[in-house]
Amino acid sequence: MSTVHRSARTRAVGAVAAVGALALVVGCGGSDDSATGGGKKDGKITITMGMFGVMGFKETGLLEQYEKENPNVDIKAEVAGDEQTYYTALQTRLAAGKGLKDIQGIEIGRAKEIVDTQSGKFADFSDVAGADHFLPWKQSQITTEDGKVLGLGTDIGPMAVCYRKDYFEQAGLPTDREEVAKLWAGDWKKYVEVGRTFKKDFKGDKVAYMDAASGLFNAMVYGYPEQYYNAKGDLIYDTNPAVKEAWNLAADAAEADLTAKLRQFQPGWDPGLANGTFATAVCPAWMLGHIGEKAGPANKGKWDVAKAPKGANWGGSFLGVVEQSPVKEEAKKLVAWLTAPEQQAHIFEKQGSVPSSQKALETPEVQNVTSEYFNNAPIGKIFGAAAQEIPDKQVLGRKDGTIKDTFSQGLTLIEQQGAKRDKAWKTTAERIEKAVG
Amino acid sequence: MATSTTNAQAGEGPSPQPDRQGAGPRLGALLHRLDVKGAPYAFVAPFFVVFAAFSFYPLLYTSWISLHRVELATLDVMEWVAFDNYVELWNDARFWNATANTITIGVISTVPQLLMALGLAHLLNYKMRGSLFFRIASLVPYATSVGAAALVFTMLFERDFGMINWMLGLVGMDPVNWEADKWPAQVAISTIVIWRWTGYNALLYLAAMQAIPADRYEAAAIDGASRWKQFTHVTVPGIRSTIVFTIVLSTIGATQLFGEPLIFGQGPNGVTGGADNQYQTLGLLLYEEGWKNYQMGRSATVAWAMFLLLVLVFVAQRLIKRLRSRTS
Repeated sequence: MSTVHRSARTRAVGAVAAVGALALVVGCGGSDDSATGGGKKDGKITITMGMFGVMGFKETGLLEQYEKENPNVDIKAEVAGDEQTYYTALQTRLAAGKGLKDIQGIEIGRAKEIVDTQSGKFADFSDVAGADHFLPWKQSQITTEDGKVLGLGTDIGPMAVCYRKDYFEQAGLPTDREEVAKLWAGDWKKYVEVGRTFKKDFKGDKVAYMDAASGLFNAMVYGYPEQYYNAKGDLIYDTNPAVKEAWNLAADAAEADLTAKLRQFQPGWDPGLANGTFATAVCPAWMLGHIGEKAGPANKGKWDVAKAPKGANWGGSFLGVVEQSPVKEEAKKLVAWLTAPEQQAHIFEKQGSVPSSQKALETPEVQNVTSEYFNNAPIGKIFGAAAQEIPDKQVLGRKDGTIKDTFSQGLTLIEQQGAKRDKAWKTTAERIEKAVG
Repeated sequence: MATSTTNAQAGEGPSPQPDRQGAGPRLGALLHRLDVKGAPYAFVAPFFVVFAAFSFYPLLYTSWISLHRVELATLDVMEWVAFDNYVELWNDARFWNATANTITIGVISTVPQLLMALGLAHLLNYKMRGSLFFRIASLVPYATSVGAAALVFTMLFERDFGMINWMLGLVGMDPVNWEADKWPAQVAISTIVIWRWTGYNALLYLAAMQAIPADRYEAAAIDGASRWKQFTHVTVPGIRSTIVFTIVLSTIGATQLFGEPLIFGQGPNGVTGGADNQYQTLGLLLYEEGWKNYQMGRSATVAWAMFLLLVLVFVAQRLIKRLRSRTS
């Protein structure tokens, strides 16, 4: 009898083990929660948002304000730090149709890829009233050929040059921001020439003129309507004189040893800011916050902002609503509110992201903003004027973001590995061919 | 043969039992047979079902993907390219560069690591005060996450304000550009690996050493063997199988090296293993193809190349072993 008992028990345990193992596997693919986490329940509306970096909606309290003004709305925002990580996850989720949020942030470097490959998965904004306050070029970047608008613009990245007043003084250069701007007015070549003077006349050691050659390169390239692609979507980086010109000038600066050989936005850049190892940085508006934070209170008032030689747009984002959202209309309403002139002006005041709204740029709230950290520089006027200098048309391409990173690395080859510029260009071109597939 | 038959019959001895209970004799026997033959499989099933779902199926699916041109954004659009990805990879200088880096970093990190672990275990094997403390302390690096360890070492090896360059400066040496120069970068990455794994291997060796009978040492001592002779002639042969085990583990680990160089290079620069790919391992190349270039087909191809490489290494190892045992 004992045999029977034992075998019955083993049989049961064996069956449980097998079933359990199957359940474990099935359980992993089981849930078919295709919703976005948003929805309507008991008159209460929940809207989910996925964002990256410091877009400012959560950070400056705008989401709270919206919830207060609309008590039946509950916003759940998720902010990923790094845009590349965010975009990789977004692509996976778009492909799977799962895990998306009602509202998704889209960076300018990805806008074209979204427009080309994912337009069916985003809701159309062309019927939203009162969304005609943007800079003329901004909305066209997120509009498909047949007129579908996949999102509304948040910020833009007009350019200036941030510089250390104390270092300029030591090198016998002018320190007043108007006079400094005159040194390089109209031509990036002059900016590099000032660098040669700085290197010659600066008394102390271990201070470079600029942080990285890639900053200069980006600022120049983004000043032209066509960059890596033409309007037809063909890759033109290797024949575009604008890219070649920027590459050569950045290589000049690298070869003349004017750069601190740092990599922007990476941890090594931050101690450079904190310890003041470079005198200038080409700075889009959104970079000011980073410089202030990383250079720290010890360097307050030492930095100032001067007008850049030429206008350009580096960076900026959009907010889109996914088609499968159960609260599409409510989410669109929220996006329209967040990107309205008043709210854009509010974000600029709080954290310096320049509005993509033409109307917001013209308001006194934006025009009169000064930056205490940057020696009370009138950043409202400087970036407001710089925003108007951005070319009226800007052609985006599918792999803009990746190509930009590849060029930055190509310049690092010259700066750090001592590669010749022709060889570095060849390597960069090979990598771009790989990246565009 | 006869014995085995009797054994089998004896094994099925209790089978008449259900008969006595009056239930269907055939069904009972069948159930019982199933029980005896099937239960073991049911018990091992959980592992194999999970293995099939999370290892075997991905393995097959990866090989399927590697025969296509697929982008991450549009995973449902697959273009059949047969073995083009493999041919392309074979002709790709980046692949050979990554393979070479994987091997050199593997050697720089594994060889000193295992030698140091052996020495450390030997020291820990002595009777001494606070031996438990030292044993636990040697395991702490292993318990540290890759991310934390790599981040701290990256700061130590920082070019302008890192502690290591500062100390080099104190003794009058020029700062080393740890990240940008090829060999310093590979040494720096190996340092992270060595720091994390030496203690772990040392404890494995220590456990094996403690299983060596003390009388062997006594006999050696009576024969007049010095400490060193005892180490080379008693200890090392005594733990040979453990040494082989750690070599196998380290080889697999070195082939898959990924987190340390990625974090060491910081951001997009880490993905490519430095501006000149000077420390890009195969793991990083796979990641670059998949999550920077978004080409899943090529990424899967690298994954398979890595797998085949490991198989190749072990086949070679077997062959060498067989040849050696034949000659000796």
